[in-house]
Amino acid sequence: MSQSAITTPMPPNNGIQWKKMLSMDNRFMPPLFITLILLVGNVSFGILESYEKTLLAIVTSIVAELILGRIFLHKWPHLASAYITGISVGILLRSPLFWPYVLCSLLAITSKYVLRINGRHIWNPSNFGISAMLFLAAESVATLSIQWGNNLGAMLVIWILGSVIIWRLRRFHICAVYVVSFVALAFVRTWITGDPLLSEISPVTGPEYQLFIFFMITDPKTTVRSKKGQCIVAFMVALVEMLLRLDQSVYAPFYALFMVGPIALLIEMWLNSRRLPSSVSATFNTNIVNP
Amino acid sequence: MKRVPIARILVSIFFVGLLLTPFAVRKLSGRDASARTKLDASAALANHGFYLTEVSHAAGIDFVHQGPTLDPKLADIMPEVASMGASVSIVDFDRDGWPDIYVTNSAEGSKNHLYRNMHDGTFKDVAEQLGIADVNKAGTGVSMGAVWGDYDNDGYEDLFLIKWGRPELFHNDHGHGFTRVSDKAGLPPWINANTAVWFDYDGDGLLDLFVGGYYPEDVDLWHLKSTRMMPNSFEYANNGGRKYLFHNLGNGKFEEVSAKVGIKSRRWALAAAAADLRGTGHPDLFVANDYGVSELYLNDGKRFHEAGSQSGVGFAPKSGMNVAFGDIFNQGRYAVYVSNISEDGVLIQGNNLWVPKEGTKGSGIKYENLARAMGVELGGWSFGAQFGDLNNDGTLDLYLTNGYVSLDRKKSYWYDFTKISGGNSLIIDDAKNWPAMDGRSLSGYQQKHVWLNDGAGKFVDVAQAVGVTDTYDGRAVALADLWNRGVLDVIVANQRGPLLLYKNTVAPGEQWIEFQLEGTKSNRSAIGAQVALSWNGQKQIQEVSGGSGFSAQNDRRLHFGLGKNPQIESAVIRWPSGKVQTLHDLVPGRLYKIEEPK
Repeated sequence: MSQSAITTPMPPNNGIQWKKMLSMDNRFMPPLFITLILLVGNVSFGILESYEKTLLAIVTSIVAELILGRIFLHKWPHLASAYITGISVGILLRSPLFWPYVLCSLLAITSKYVLRINGRHIWNPSNFGISAMLFLAAESVATLSIQWGNNLGAMLVIWILGSVIIWRLRRFHICAVYVVSFVALAFVRTWITGDPLLSEISPVTGPEYQLFIFFMITDPKTTVRSKKGQCIVAFMVALVEMLLRLDQSVYAPFYALFMVGPIALLIEMWLNSRRLPSSVSATFNTNIVNP
Repeated sequence: MKRVPIARILVSIFFVGLLLTPFAVRKLSGRDASARTKLDASAALANHGFYLTEVSHAAGIDFVHQGPTLDPKLADIMPEVASMGASVSIVDFDRDGWPDIYVTNSAEGSKNHLYRNMHDGTFKDVAEQLGIADVNKAGTGVSMGAVWGDYDNDGYEDLFLIKWGRPELFHNDHGHGFTRVSDKAGLPPWINANTAVWFDYDGDGLLDLFVGGYYPEDVDLWHLKSTRMMPNSFEYANNGGRKYLFHNLGNGKFEEVSAKVGIKSRRWALAAAAADLRGTGHPDLFVANDYGVSELYLNDGKRFHEAGSQSGVGFAPKSGMNVAFGDIFNQGRYAVYVSNISEDGVLIQGNNLWVPKEGTKGSGIKYENLARAMGVELGGWSFGAQFGDLNNDGTLDLYLTNGYVSLDRKKSYWYDFTKISGGNSLIIDDAKNWPAMDGRSLSGYQQKHVWLNDGAGKFVDVAQAVGVTDTYDGRAVALADLWNRGVLDVIVANQRGPLLLYKNTVAPGEQWIEFQLEGTKSNRSAIGAQVALSWNGQKQIQEVSGGSGFSAQNDRRLHFGLGKNPQIESAVIRWPSGKVQTLHDLVPGRLYKIEEPK
């Protein structure tokens, strides 16, 4: 869901950090982690709709990335991002049909190249694809509703492994702020709705949230740069999600990130533009910069 | 002005096209069109070869199911936990040659009904006078279903009552009354079951009984010791009721042998059926479990071997609620239909149509799910389904009922349901963690499905066009030629709703043949006897069943549609005893009563 083949110029002081983060080891870590989740989840619990559909989503993502990358970058892009997008679509999207997997992957990858401002794509690709599908094709798709078995073991393994990897990628604070916010706001929801507290906390214990937390809200390309900003955005996602939940939106987390993510980026760009007047214009980018 | 590259314009147009694709798909698939159409009988006959007319009131049946009211600790989610109990089973209890109907009620103190067929298009409730009405007394639990089988081979079908509570066996006293023999038979004091099947698993000529527990047997749903009685997972629950296999000892007593013969499971069974799925001469047992995978117990005549995962039917966990067998390709092999849950935009499990893979057989049998390919995957919150040739064209069609909880039309419980269902087992299994339903619906008011088999690998939904327009919370479906006309009528039991009798009218010229079998060496009900009918170069198999679908039992008589101008070559009957009998010179349009050769 996260890593992109397309990067934008960054302030020099951040360059070293980003270079480090995108070093070979770290770059391949999320794809390896999500592949592990997929394989273990499916072999143990049959989480996939089918291997064919997941494969279709991955292949579609990769082919789309190759074609669009070639057109706009004039070189073959790195495929880690497309792979994660495809595999995320394959896991999170549930449909008895094949076309939603193709469409969702295409929407996700194409959104990266079309919906850009100042050289940055502003939506997390898989979040965009899945949210669009849930909103536009509700009669044909749903999201992952399955659990990792009925014990705490599998859940803990994924939380621990995911946390270690995210820590290494220096984005653990985003996950932590989101989870703490979610739990804190669960108290608020309980107070408002009168529903049992554990029913409000329950969603975050499921695998859908594990994927959401480790792979979507931490996306380096579609989150703001500063650590403080990232924490604020994570809290805002949880807050907007709470409002959506109070409106009984089944897919509140996806829609919350869909709304908050781009707004946060736009605000960040606006703030940066005030500091650097030369890069003011916020238009559809036509100059994609290679990493 | 900045020049925008052509490629960017084209990709942007492509992107907009992608966003519009779902609208186009919806338009092309016709899902935008109004689903409701008014029945046009002549058009239905011309286009589909039959139509159904709901005649329950005219037939003297005004039964409305009453649901159970469980422990007040479950009050917040009562509509959901008390959402089963409506059932229907077909039996000719008095051997007069006309199918009768038994329906269960599920409120404490409510009464079950046995509708005797009066031969004139009407039915009369005789349950009270025959002693099988007042079976839901406080403290004994309530009815969830019923299956009929002649366990003592006296020629009259006996009644096993499936309950959340004290299971009951009633001996049929030659059609004049029923005697409760549960204690003598050795049944346990309490089972919270939703499914049971009569079948002779060991071929000794005596019907045995499988009972699948749902809630654990130590839970009294009216006096809960703890609210931790819900499933511990929505996909992998293993804290449900135990399974029972009562081996018929032949003296009115049964011995519980499930563990001894290899049936050990605490999954939440909702439906089960038995048939000789592999041509071994031994009935295999298929169990559809809620909150988990299905189980396939392969029978070697003495023991069962669970082969769900290995055969493919027991890998992906869903919410199994139905088991029905049908030779849908007229190739002499059974497909298995298992119903699950689908709700637009929330949960799309899809129903399963398990078809044996070519080239697999015996203990290595493997199944593939062709529900999507054949068009029978999406059926809402599906419950009971049965295969039967509704238009007598020679291929088996599929009738599916559905709908879970229909309360406030404008308010849905789905959001809260997904909130809890995606969580960890420690949260799910305690009813007190579940949000209150507050009068909201959960997949309510759903349209039913009548899928016509086109004989070429597709089923087409014609429910609205042939007159099936009800939107009750359907549970059980049974098929029977209620008025001996050579057509299959449909009987549907609805939760907290009316019993529906859909009388079938089939286009003239579509032929049929029926068989009523009676065992001699085999069990007298002939449950497990299989007829392989060959006509016009094709062959279809059907088997007498001791319970199938969801909380249902079809008429034991086997009905074959034959299409126009059939030339019947033979009917080969394979009796449970192993005896094989071949019939020639059969003519269409007749019911053949066949006794097993001695």
